[in-house]
Parts: sequence; structure tokens; C-alpha cells
Amino acid sequence: MSGLSRRLGRGLVRGLPFLWLALFFLVPFAVTLKISFSSPATAQPPYLPVLEWEGGLEGWREFLEALDFQNYQMIAADALYRDAALSSLGYAALATAILALIGTPTAYAMARAPARWQPILVALVIVPFWTSFLIRVYAWIAILKPEGLLNAALLKIGLIGAPLAILDSPYGVLIGLTYAYLPFLVLPLYAVMSRLDPALTEAAADLGASRTRAFFTVTLPLSLPGLAAGALLCFIPMVGEFIIPDLLGGSDTLMLGRVLWSEFFSNRDWPLASAVAVLLLILVVGPVVLFREAELRREEAARGEVEGAVRGGGR
Amino acid sequence: MHAAHSHPDRRLRLERVSKRFGGHQAVDAVSLDLAGGEFFCLLGPSGCGKSTLLRLVAGFETPDSGAIRLGEADLTALPPHRRPVNMMFQSYALFPHLSVAANLAYGLKGLGLSRAQIAERVTSLLALVRLDGFESRRPDKLSGGQRQRVALARALAREPRLLLLDEPLGALDRALREETQGELRAIQKRLGTSFVVVTHDAHEAMALADRIGVMERGRLVQVGPARDLYERPASRYVAGLLGDVNLIEGRLGPAEPGAFRSVETALGLLRASGEGEAGVRVVVAIRPERLRVGGEGEASGLPGTLTEATFLGDRIRYRVTMADGTALRASAALPLSGPAPSVGQAVTVAMPSDSARILPA
Amino acid sequence: MSLFARTVLALALTFLYAPILVLIVYSFNASKLVTVWGGFSTHWYGVLFADGPLIAAALVSLKVAVLSAAIAGVLGTCAALALDRHGRFFGRGAYTGLLYAPMVMPEVITGLSLLLLFVGIGLDRGIGTVVIAHATFATGFVAVVVGARLKGLDRSLEEAAADLGAGPTRIFFGITLPLIAPAVAAGFLLAFTLSLDDLVIASFVSGPGATTLPMRIYSQVRLGVNPEINAASTLLIATVGLVVLAASWLTGRKGRAG
Repeated sequence: MSGLSRRLGRGLVRGLPFLWLALFFLVPFAVTLKISFSSPATAQPPYLPVLEWEGGLEGWREFLEALDFQNYQMIAADALYRDAALSSLGYAALATAILALIGTPTAYAMARAPARWQPILVALVIVPFWTSFLIRVYAWIAILKPEGLLNAALLKIGLIGAPLAILDSPYGVLIGLTYAYLPFLVLPLYAVMSRLDPALTEAAADLGASRTRAFFTVTLPLSLPGLAAGALLCFIPMVGEFIIPDLLGGSDTLMLGRVLWSEFFSNRDWPLASAVAVLLLILVVGPVVLFREAELRREEAARGEVEGAVRGGGR
Repeated sequence: MHAAHSHPDRRLRLERVSKRFGGHQAVDAVSLDLAGGEFFCLLGPSGCGKSTLLRLVAGFETPDSGAIRLGEADLTALPPHRRPVNMMFQSYALFPHLSVAANLAYGLKGLGLSRAQIAERVTSLLALVRLDGFESRRPDKLSGGQRQRVALARALAREPRLLLLDEPLGALDRALREETQGELRAIQKRLGTSFVVVTHDAHEAMALADRIGVMERGRLVQVGPARDLYERPASRYVAGLLGDVNLIEGRLGPAEPGAFRSVETALGLLRASGEGEAGVRVVVAIRPERLRVGGEGEASGLPGTLTEATFLGDRIRYRVTMADGTALRASAALPLSGPAPSVGQAVTVAMPSDSARILPA
Repeated sequence: MSLFARTVLALALTFLYAPILVLIVYSFNASKLVTVWGGFSTHWYGVLFADGPLIAAALVSLKVAVLSAAIAGVLGTCAALALDRHGRFFGRGAYTGLLYAPMVMPEVITGLSLLLLFVGIGLDRGIGTVVIAHATFATGFVAVVVGARLKGLDRSLEEAAADLGAGPTRIFFGITLPLIAPAVAAGFLLAFTLSLDDLVIASFVSGPGATTLPMRIYSQVRLGVNPEINAASTLLIATVGLVVLAASWLTGRKGRAG
């Protein structure tokens, strides 16, 4: 194979995904940005101005003049959007924190299980992860609603006098978020924990550390890349989550995902929805960059292990 | 050699310790009595149970039966972090997220020492392994030899009564290994700590240990100083483990007064030291360096043909095919005292009876 | 395993599976109400299989899932190869960013922006647009799965092949690809289930005649608990369970070797 065709081959392999993603992921953001400066219209498509490619330079100038900040002014003026933004961040942060608290012991227990059982445990955690998100959230409706299982059980035991209003409330949303995203945190964290050299925890024990101390001084610090990746894998999508607040939350649970959806589908106001999308994007762009860093760090660590083992021998 | 009762609280005693994994008996009723301050080596190929035995003493496995005692204390039920025993891991297991100083100080937390005392101890440990000034380095920035020394220092930080070392020199290259063997012995003598080293390398065991314990399939088959094991092995397994050896099969002759017996072999009647019932099948073991290869027709020698002569720097290794077809390996130290025989030449192989040993078949 | 670990695992697994079990159990409940057990019945499964629009939506979803997973499989594998083999190439940072971002981006953003693009370039919405959208966000997941396998691959096998005279193409198709095939298959399956499951993005970019199963289920579910949906869910869970078994068998099989 000649050098040129080899380089072309490599370029193709590398370029194909890049082009696809650039076209279908990046370019849409530019389009969204543009639409956010447009105005709604009862037309097909439901916004103005529409860029006419044949318009030439004159067409471009007219086009640019028709854009305005109207949508952003609306967002800035109405407290709804600010509240929804803060509320989204709040729910996401709280749910992620809860997940970190319950997911870390879970991943640790999985990593310490006998080797025979680990693949089974992983499969058990993966099945819900791969099972329809929508369906699993829907299942909670049956459990949480006033006539649902949870209330029926609590009433029967006599723990409560009247049904708890968990559904259609912030608690429903929190339970839903925690439930749905648990595998997202546990799996990356488990992946890192299970790859830790068991000799490290043995060495800690040998040097006098109890199991608790060994966990907090050795296992946890070395698992942080996995925890960071898992936490971000949960937090970022949670900020823009739609299904859970829609099915499990009430009218007082404001989240940006829902706001965007209703602006788009109920109000048919595409430009405003686009502006909300841009707002959401600004909120998550920082964490997305962090996520990429965490993923890279995690891969570096894994790669370093392999190289270290090879280089370990000799002077 | 240390008196068996010096440092009584550093005496390690294993009493019929056994451990089974699934269908496999890893350690089979091993009993061992170590003198305090002794340098002991567990020798054997992989799978013989030596590492399992070490882990039992360290506390990472619990024995199915038997007891482990250190001095007065019964360690058998104690978890690893409560045993006055420390281990140096084969992979070193240095904490990658901590500096060298933090690694060394890890074992000193919770002992009631002040920060200053800990820092002082870290400095003296680094001096002990000749890594002064390495406090703030990270493990991934150290060479293999440096990591090994940090691992050793860390294991010594708590001044354990017994130090276990799992193939400590395995990852080092030859020159470094010999240098480190000397350092290891020096440190052990200086501290007076009992050391138990696990290794598969017979030369290493002989270089390091006061006594060696040979393991075969979970059993401790022979214990003694290197010389005893080398010159008077208890079985062909031990003989082969400690170095190259010629094994000649035969039948044991009638009983005689004294240490020597006759053995009927395909090479003729051989004289060797040992005992056994007349008529049983035995093996005569003789080390290559004890065989003397001489020119044709020399008086007391078995006839054969020289088929290979390999120059190895400090000696020549010979391969002689005997009259019946068996091949014997001999070696002669250089410089030779006589003329060197050439390949293809007819030679005689002299087998001094005091170097030949009778072993079970 | 310590008591603590056992308790934690038991609680976590109960939490994860309780709602799923509720669904499965109640799909066989003759009564429509959740709190009343009306006896064992497969009535709702009958209703399910007679539900024309639902079946149609399921078929649409399957078609979209297969197509988008195939595309994501190819793109993700290419990306994983590039990252593993091409060292420090120009724009590597942007490359990885572009690959990982769609995995975490909130679906409302990707859905809306893709729709705006399609409208802007005049592409009719339907199965095709959903396939494109799904392939886009699944590529990153495939790249992660295949990338992990590539990292563990013993390079000396490929070097031996080169030493014996094989050119890069022969090495790739004869040695590399067979060795990473289980990971590619697992990545395909992952992309498949992600596509099958997506509601939000499909709602934005789909068009007439291309209603996916989640879209259909969602419209039913908004009206409340529906036993027919329980039946559909149970079937979906069973399917996913089988797929997961297949995927873990695939990745476990040639896992450590080579």
C-alpha cells in the first residue's frame, strides 16, 4: 500500500466521524443561535426571517437587519426563566449529590464482590440502564400516586393517616432523577474501582489501616476520576431533563427542559424555544468541558497503568 | 547463625497450617519454627504454595486449620492491620496518589506519634535505603530499583517483628539484583528483624538466607542452610531445584557399615553415600562441578565421548555421552589444571563417591 | 463479602428493580387498578397485540434502531481507531470534545437544534431524520466501548502480522477487526437500545408516519397508568434482558485474550 493511499485511508477513518458530528451536532447549534434571534410567525417554517440563499449580498443585509434580541429580552425580563434555570441546576445538583452518596458504596460493594459474581452484578445494573428510561419513570407513577402502591402500603401499616402527595411534587422529581440515573453513576465508578490494584488496599491494611480508613485514604482518592465522570454524566443531562419533571413533577416543578418543550410544542414559538435552548447550552457548556477532561483523565490513568506495568521492570 | 531462642518475641511458629482453594490444596499441613532475627527463604516454583503461605502469615488469607504464632501472640484470627507483621509486595503497591514521604508515613498514622516524630522517622528510613532527599517524589517518577527501596522502607516503617517479602528482587535486572541482595542482608542484620523472603530463584535464596525452606505442592519438604540443601538434598526435587544435577537411576546394593553403599546402574557399580533397603530403586545424584573429565584411559573413570564443550566465562560446561547412551553434565572451573579435551574425543568421567548422594527414586 | 457490602448491594438492586417488578406483575393483573389484584390474566397482552398504532410504532422504532446503530457502529469504531492509533494529531482536543459532548448534552437541546437544521436545509422529517439524529448521539457511546477494547489489545499480534508480510489493510480486516468485533457488536447493541428508548429527540425530529414506540407510549402515559403499557413494558424489558445477556457474552468471550 503506497504511502499516499495509506494516509488517505487514515484521513478517511479519522475524518468520517468528525464530518458527521460537525454537520449534525455543531452546525445545528449555529442554526439554533440564528433562530433565537428571529421572530415567530404563522408560516411554514414558523419563524422570520428566513434566509434566502439566492438573495445575494442584499438578501444577507436584509436578513441580518431582521434579527433582534427580542427573545432574549423576554427571557431576561420574565422571572420564569431565571427561576426555571436555578431550579434545574438545583435539582440536578441535589440529585447528583444523593447519587454520589448512594452510588459510591454500591460501586465499591460491586468491586469487592467475589470475581465470579461481578459480571452478574454488572449485568444486573446494566439491564435497568438499557431498559427504556420512559418506562422506568412511568413505573414510578404507579408506585407514587395517591392511589398507588407506596401510599397503600404506608396506609396499611398505619405509618400515615392520609396519602402522601409525592407524585406531582419536587420529591417525585428527586426520586425519579435518582432512580433513573443511578446506573449512570455506578457503572463508570465501578469500572475504575474494579481496575484498582488489589495490592494497594492490602498494603494499606498491612500498614495498619482499618477497612474504613483504607477506603477513604486509598480507594476513594484513586477512584475520583471515575466518580467525576459518573457525576457529570448524570448532572449535565439532568439540567435539561424533560421526561421526569413532566411525568412525576407538578405544576410547581419548573425545569428548563419542560419550559423549552412547552414553548416549542404548546406555544409553537420556535424562536423563543431556541433562545431557551441557548440559555440551557450556556449553563451546561462548562460542565461539558469538565466532563471531557474527566474522561480524558480516566483514560490517561488506565493507559498509564499498562505502561507502568511494562516499564516497572529493570532500572 | 543465630541461636534459636534469641529475640523470643520474633519467633515465628507455624503449626500444621493448611489452606485449600476450591479443589486445590495450596498449603498442606506446613509446620515451621523460625528463630528470631533469622533470614529465611521459602523456595519453590510457581504454584508450590509459597506465596499463599506468605499471605497466610500476613493475614490476607485465613488458614483452614493450624495456628500461626509470633512469639507469645496467636496471629491466626487477627486481621492484617492488627498483626505486628509487615509485607513488601511483589508489585511494590506504592500508593500512586501519595508522595514517597506520605507513602512511608502511611503506616505511622494512628500510632500516637507527633508530626515531628513521623517526619524524623521518614528521614531515617530514607537514609536506611539510601534514598535521602526523595521525600516529595511521586512513585511514577521513580525507577524500578528506587520503587523497590521505597517499598522496603515503607514495610519497615512500623518496625515489625517480622517482615515478609514477596519476590522482592524479581523485577530487577541481574547487576542490580546482586547489589540489592547485599543491601538486603545488611539491613536485616542491622535491624535484627526476622525476614521471610519468597522466591523461585535458588541462587537468590542461597545468597540471602540463613536457612531455606523448599516447598513442593503445598508441603514443606526440606528445611536447612543452603549448603545442607545443596550437598545433601532429601529428594530429586530438592536437588534439581537448588542447581543443575546429574541423576542416575539404579538399584541399591546390600547394607554395609559406614556411610557408603553400592548402587547398580547402567553405568556400572557406583559408590555413593546414603541409606535405604537393599534392592530398592534409587537415584544417584552428583553435581556437574564434582565430576572430573579426564583424558582417555585415566585410571578411575567411566568411559564416554565428549559431545559438547561450552565456554561460560569462569568455567567450561561439558556434555559427555557415556557407553550406554546416557549423557552426563560436568563442569570445570577455569583456568583448567590440565589440557582441555576436545569435542568428539574419548574421555573418562571420574565420580568421587563422597560427592555422590543416594536419593529416593 | 462483608455484611455491609451485601446490604448495600441488596438495597441498591431492590431500588433498581422494584419498579420494574411492579410493571411486570401488574401487566398480568386482570384489574386495571394498581392497588387491586384482580387475578392473573394475559388480557392486556391481547389488547397490546391488537393495538395497531402501537405495533406500527414498534416497527418504526425497530427500523430506526437498526439503521442508526449500524451508522453509529461504523462512525464510532472509526473514531475509536483514530484516537487509539493516530497519536497526537492536530485538533485531537476538539475531536474528543466533539465525540463526548453528544453523550451528555441534554436531549432537548440536541433535538431542537437538529430539527432546526433539518427545517433550514429543507429536509423532510420522517424515519430518515430520526435515524440521523440517533446515529449522532450514539456514536460517542460506541467509541467509548470500542476504545476500551482497543486499549487492551495486544499490539504484538498486529506487529507479528506485519512481520510476516501483511499490509495495513490485511492486518486490519484479518487481525484487528476480528479481535475487536465483540466490542463493536456490544457497541452496536448499546446504540440499538439507546435508539429504541429515545423519546425527546424523536419527538422533535420525527415526522408524519414516523411515530416511534416511545412517542406512542408517551402519548398514552400522559393520560395515566395504562395496563396495556405495562404489558408493552414487560416485553421490552424481556427483550433488553436478552440483548444484555448477548452483549455481555460477546464482550466476555474474547475479553481477556489477545
